[in-house]
Amino acid sequence: MKEAKGEPRGRAALDRRTLLAAGGAAGAALAGRVAGASEATIPEELPDWSRYLGPGVDDEPYGKPSKYEAHVIRRNVEWLTASTESSINFTPLPWLNGIITPNGVFFERHHGGRAEIDPAQHRLLIHGLVEKPLVFTMEDIKRLPCEDRIYFLECAANGGMEWRGAQLNGCQFVRGMIGCAQWTGVRLKTLLDRTGLKPNAKWVLAEGADASALTRSFPIEKALDDAFIAYGQNGEALRPGQGYPLRLILPGWEANMSVKWLRRIEVGDAPWYTRWETSKYTDLLPSGKAYKFTWVQEANSVITWPAPEIKIDGPGEYMIRGLAWSGRGRIVRVDLTFDGGKNWVTAPLQEPILPKALTRFYYPWRWDGSSTILASRAIDETGYVQPTIVQLRNARGRNSIYHNNAIITWLVNSTGEVENVQVA
Amino acid sequence: MSRSRDLLLAIALGTALAVPSLAGERPIGRVPTPEEIARWDIDVRPDGQGLPPGRGTASEGEEIYLARCASCHGEFGEAVGRWPQLVGGQNSLTWDEPIKTVTSYWPYATTVFDYIKRAMPFGDAQSLSDDEIYAITAFLLASDGIISQDFEVNAETLPKIVMPNAQGFIDDPRPDVPAGEPCMTNCVAEVRITGHARAIGVTPDEKSRPATD
Ligand code: HEC
Repeated sequence: MKEAKGEPRGRAALDRRTLLAAGGAAGAALAGRVAGASEATIPEELPDWSRYLGPGVDDEPYGKPSKYEAHVIRRNVEWLTASTESSINFTPLPWLNGIITPNGVFFERHHGGRAEIDPAQHRLLIHGLVEKPLVFTMEDIKRLPCEDRIYFLECAANGGMEWRGAQLNGCQFVRGMIGCAQWTGVRLKTLLDRTGLKPNAKWVLAEGADASALTRSFPIEKALDDAFIAYGQNGEALRPGQGYPLRLILPGWEANMSVKWLRRIEVGDAPWYTRWETSKYTDLLPSGKAYKFTWVQEANSVITWPAPEIKIDGPGEYMIRGLAWSGRGRIVRVDLTFDGGKNWVTAPLQEPILPKALTRFYYPWRWDGSSTILASRAIDETGYVQPTIVQLRNARGRNSIYHNNAIITWLVNSTGEVENVQVA
Repeated sequence: MSRSRDLLLAIALGTALAVPSLAGERPIGRVPTPEEIARWDIDVRPDGQGLPPGRGTASEGEEIYLARCASCHGEFGEAVGRWPQLVGGQNSLTWDEPIKTVTSYWPYATTVFDYIKRAMPFGDAQSLSDDEIYAITAFLLASDGIISQDFEVNAETLPKIVMPNAQGFIDDPRPDVPAGEPCMTNCVAEVRITGHARAIGVTPDEKSRPATD
């Protein structure tokens, strides 16, 4: 319903105005409705694109979205950090469809900027408590048995600015530290089968080749379960911002652990307590103690349409669109409320419903133009129910920064404006 | 941690592990030399595993810190602008606005060495010598009196330093919110809006986005 620039014009527009003045257009009768290009009239004049040739096939060797989609971009919250090289941008959720995040708008979090690595020079070293250390080239890794896997990656700090209250007025900003892709690569287990493991192999350290040499420890059980090493993302090579040419993926766990630009795997018998698992990515409680090794991303959901970025253009029929996910497995149910949580209805889920991947829900909705308090609540296959912000604060206070998976509430006011609010 | 003895053993075992292959076949991966592994193997654990030879004191570290770190982290580690604050905030973890720093929050002194070695100074990583890193680590710890100015930090002494918040971390107990079948009807008597994001006014770019879609 975006108003196209340069339209309406000419006689068609004139005719439409005459019609509107006469009160003939049904849509115009609705309060607050702006007549314009969103009316489903057929213009009398042929548009340029129906008459003149468009560009040829040489025009764009690597295609871009339509120029009318220029608002569908990652955005940064400048005041969050001192430098963009150690910062985060957000996936533009309100304008995306389905469960796959387009590579160009997949959120990025870097600790030392986006490394640009020559794949010919990239190596993966596996050593430590293994029977035989090995170093692989990218070509070596692509010769190994590979798989395609759809997983979400979510920053542990997604929603982190909302612990103290509703703060950012945008779906992109309150839940946009997430993306979901079809990753191509090899299981970490495939590589560890080749190096072998010493009997006291208990923990694994993964290290990036970027200027922060980011390191995280994780248990050997995860390494032998679904830990994955990806070089492909949605049909093409990983984007540099996602760790080109090689990244780790620890499905369902906070994305900081899915080390990008992966250059080294060390096997050990104890965790390393790196800066990213002590100073950061630990969850401080009111008692002064903090949770450590908070790996799993618990069940979560958000309504992506309507959203604060998008004004509802008058009463009528709409589709509520949303996303749900759980790091513990599959989503089994999503409930919606229209009265701030007094009453709930269950929304149908869209296939495919994959473990540790984004799941879509759609719900047909007739908005009567009155103030409405909308929210979604996800339930996963373990029976875990997405909590309210009040329940989360009762458990962890307001200073834990990470893992805020509380129900998100949108207030739709009578003019169709949508606002991020918190309710009690 | 170059454990060259383990490594030799591993190489010997390696032949037995190898997947049977035809003569002249291109192998997948090769066994790195201990020197190659040592080039990348810079991580340090709380028990001291991985700490290199070298030494330094806070007095020696001050000059290097001022030259290489203070422009962002401040002369006293108090931070310049929004760059991270490194020291201070003692006993603040229970405050309404806690100040999490190396000295108030980090559980292990070894992590300070490990992190500075791999990532600092920001934008010129791995440019400091091991002696310089020991000295800067000593400088930061001495700033809040965890060690004295002339305490020598080295591979032996660093793992033994007890950080103020060493006991501050507990294993993840989640799920930590009420379980059970969620309520569907008449769940709350009255819904109260407790916060409006618009009132806070910190959302970037609100005007440049299209109003409708
Ligand atoms: C150009 C600015 C800059 C300079 C110079 C710099 N740092 Fe940093 N430092 C940063 C940034 C940015 C971060 C956070 C990086 C991230 O987000 O991962 C950081 C993080 C740190 C941290 C971890 C803080 C925490 O709470 O987790 C330590 C310790 C540190 N720096 C020490 C040093 C030392 C020692 C030096 C000098 C050798 C130094 N820094 C030089 C910008 C700088």
